[in-house]
Amino acid sequence: MSATSWGWLVLLFPLAGTLVISLGWRVWPGRAPGVIGSAAIGLSFVSAVLMLLELLDRPHDSRSLVDSAYTYASTGGFDADMAILVDPLSVLMCLVVSGVSFLIHVYSVAYMKSDRGYTRFFAYLNFFVFSMLLLVLAANFVILIVGWAFVGAASYLLISFWYRRRTATAAGIKAFVINVIGDVGLVIGAFLLFDATGALDYATVFEQTPRVFATNDGQLVAACLMLLVGAFAKSAQIPLHTWLPDAMEGPTPVSALIHAATMVTAGVYLIARMHPLFEQAPAAADVSAVIGATTLFVAATIALVVTDLKRVIAYSTMSQIGYMVLGVSVFAYSAGMFHLMTHAFFKALLFMGAGSVIAAMANEQSLDKMGGLRKAMPFTYVTFTIGALALAAFPLTAGFFSKDEILAYTLNRGGAYTILAVVGYVAALLTAFYAFRMVFRVFHGEPCPEARELEQGHLAHSDPVNPATGEPEDVEVGYPGPEHHIAEREWPMKAAMAPLALLALVAGFLQVPGVTDVLEKFLEPTFESSHYVHEHPSDSSEYIGLVIGAVISLAGIAVAAFVYLRRPGVTKHLAERYRGVHDFLANKWYFDELYELTVVRPFAAAGRFGRTVIESAFIQGFLVGGTVRLVQAGSSFARSIQTGELRAYAALLLMGVGGLVLYFLIVAS
Amino acid sequence: MDIAWFVVLSAFIFCIGAAGVMTRRSPLVVLLCLELMLNAGNLALIAFSKMVGNQEGQVFALIVMVVAACEVVIGLGIIVAMYRRRVPIDVDALSELRG
Amino acid sequence: MLFEQFLFFVAGFGAVAGALGVVLLRNPFFSVLSLVAHLISLAVLFLLLSAAFLAAAQVVVYAGAVMVLYVFVVAYVGGTEEDVRPLATGAVGSLGPLFAGALLIELTIAVIGSSLSALDGEGADIGASFGSPGEIGQLLLTKFLLPFEAASFLLLIAAVGAVVLARKRRGLEEPEQAISVADLMRSDVGTQKEAAG
Repeated sequence: MSATSWGWLVLLFPLAGTLVISLGWRVWPGRAPGVIGSAAIGLSFVSAVLMLLELLDRPHDSRSLVDSAYTYASTGGFDADMAILVDPLSVLMCLVVSGVSFLIHVYSVAYMKSDRGYTRFFAYLNFFVFSMLLLVLAANFVILIVGWAFVGAASYLLISFWYRRRTATAAGIKAFVINVIGDVGLVIGAFLLFDATGALDYATVFEQTPRVFATNDGQLVAACLMLLVGAFAKSAQIPLHTWLPDAMEGPTPVSALIHAATMVTAGVYLIARMHPLFEQAPAAADVSAVIGATTLFVAATIALVVTDLKRVIAYSTMSQIGYMVLGVSVFAYSAGMFHLMTHAFFKALLFMGAGSVIAAMANEQSLDKMGGLRKAMPFTYVTFTIGALALAAFPLTAGFFSKDEILAYTLNRGGAYTILAVVGYVAALLTAFYAFRMVFRVFHGEPCPEARELEQGHLAHSDPVNPATGEPEDVEVGYPGPEHHIAEREWPMKAAMAPLALLALVAGFLQVPGVTDVLEKFLEPTFESSHYVHEHPSDSSEYIGLVIGAVISLAGIAVAAFVYLRRPGVTKHLAERYRGVHDFLANKWYFDELYELTVVRPFAAAGRFGRTVIESAFIQGFLVGGTVRLVQAGSSFARSIQTGELRAYAALLLMGVGGLVLYFLIVAS
Repeated sequence: MDIAWFVVLSAFIFCIGAAGVMTRRSPLVVLLCLELMLNAGNLALIAFSKMVGNQEGQVFALIVMVVAACEVVIGLGIIVAMYRRRVPIDVDALSELRG
Repeated sequence: MLFEQFLFFVAGFGAVAGALGVVLLRNPFFSVLSLVAHLISLAVLFLLLSAAFLAAAQVVVYAGAVMVLYVFVVAYVGGTEEDVRPLATGAVGSLGPLFAGALLIELTIAVIGSSLSALDGEGADIGASFGSPGEIGQLLLTKFLLPFEAASFLLLIAAVGAVVLARKRRGLEEPEQAISVADLMRSDVGTQKEAAG
């Protein structure tokens, strides 16, 4: 079987999984949907591996394969095929997506066990994986946009999974609206490119770009900026980032899969895939780099003060994606993709651990209420800490090699990029700090009541409430199920978290500078046409970067240990002394309020104006009502002629005759 | 006599009949005035027939007479029916077809 | 020639007088009688126009049969004197003569001012048998056969219709009660109500 055939199978298995689960939803007993879903993704992963092997069999320079299933539309000058592109970049993404998704499916089999919407969950999850794979395997803008839109839809469905929670549905709508803004940007960008190059498939567009556009050509920069709008909406970069923290309303496996490992990385994938365009329009790439750097810093500062566990991890996701965006925008493609891969591992792991912790805390998500869970949940503690170490870029973990490679490349570019690199290093310090803030707050210190109960072997229960607003809830369909499942008691959860922990530790060795560069060699065929791909920082500068990174990481962890272990009350004092700064950060730099003022209120006012003035008064009252009244007036006039009196009718008749004679008289003369 | 005289006379009788239709209250008399109008038409037809030299006008007038007879029959039948049912024989009072 | 003109004026005067009598006389019976006079004058006029057959038909059929019918009905219905002025009140009643006058003026202008030059003559040259029963009969049975048959059919329908209209209905509970159209518009009778149960 050729690589592209495996490619189609990679797509087909999740799609089949969705259809089978959703069409037979009444029939499946017990855990069956979970097993079917996991099996589908597992098969997809196997196909992806086979696809990789087939691709590796081919010579180095013929590793970009396009296969078209059928021609979707073919009109004058416009060809849109249902085609997939199998090349190293898409294979890497497929492996990461299907692999991590498989593990998360296994985790969810146990985690979502008591949820009434179990079947629906797995149908949606499989649909999501299918959409993401479609996005990644697309060979032209049409399929990309289709996959992009599907992924947005799947995200909405999964964020508002507990649909009877008002906060969840509001969050889903927010995510979807921002997503649509990104979709519009993507479509406009694709159109601008089509307008100039006359084609929609990647191969032709990339080939034509240097010929049709001069460097930093206006239309190309505009197209790239529009594509960036799409990328930033999907990857939650400033200014389209406000949806990601709210998206934590979804179940934890959803946060792990979509909002950490896969969907939010779609933007990074997009920029990497469109590298010929960005290299021809460096201005857009610079914009992207600046925004990536800004986001990574802002998100890191916010993660320092928020108290909801999942939201800390969400902001850290935002920050880490900022690193990836920075990486691919300074044309360090393999570094960016490497960080994408390692981040998927340790972030999914962190979310899985957080899910276990929240279950132990009976759905309580606030860090303030947690503490000392170390003894009660040893497995979770170990895996969570491994994840945190990788996040903090502790030496020799996966995150260490990937993050510092990006920063080394950025420094290497020199000039203004040095500022971005410095910002990156400062944020790395903050990252290490807040990563271990989480670890120490949750697992160390005085055990909280739930921890004590768990040490006695009794899993805490409480009345179901909405963790965000505290209002009481139910446990039927549309809400989380009545039971909570922690990793220590469920083997599927352990089975999913263990491989990720292992990968978070060792995956870094895929790309040790100067020793191994497996990933870079693998991705070379995709990025061949890039001018910058050979602009390596030298090995020595990379080693220096690694050392700096190690020092920063250790420093951050040390500060966190000092603050949280030695002097536990310090943060409260600091928060009170620097109340203004603390509130500014805790309110997420007031972005939501800004958008509320500048966007939401004007639109709402415009909508109200439209409803009352244009719709009610003008259209209903004047146009529709006016027409009705006109017709009524006409017909009542016509009715008034019919008096029923013979005499009147006779008079009318004779007047008519007189009129007719008059007419003929005039005409004849 | 010139044909024109006959035609003018016919117009005159027609208009008298029209005035009668519009003014009288008893349906019997209204029908009579209708007869006047029909006859005026007949006169005009026959005058034109003479003018043209063709007898088709006269045949037409004969048919008009037949139609007038039929119409009178039905009209009088209605009046008789109205009288039997004690409906007032008064054109102004009959307005159920209003609206 | 002179005799013809004299006859025209006499007959014309008679026709107009009869017409005015129909319109102006109060007693319906007198109106009927003046119509009879009008019809006979008209018959004379027809003779002047070489329509012998038609003149005879007018007298025999119209004045003889139709007017007799009228007389019968007037006698039956009562032919009551109209209690108030026969010329009715109301807008139409007062403006009626005005309309008619306007119409008359229009028609007169049309006839006299028309460019139809043949109106000013005595008509085409005609043979002696113009308007004779033979000629009319021939036309009726050849060229105008269809109208002839249709007219006879119409007469049949009229006769049947008259019988239907004027027969006494049996089984009517209260013949004294005046029936009006409003009775038929009651909402509890009618197909829709029955169909809906």
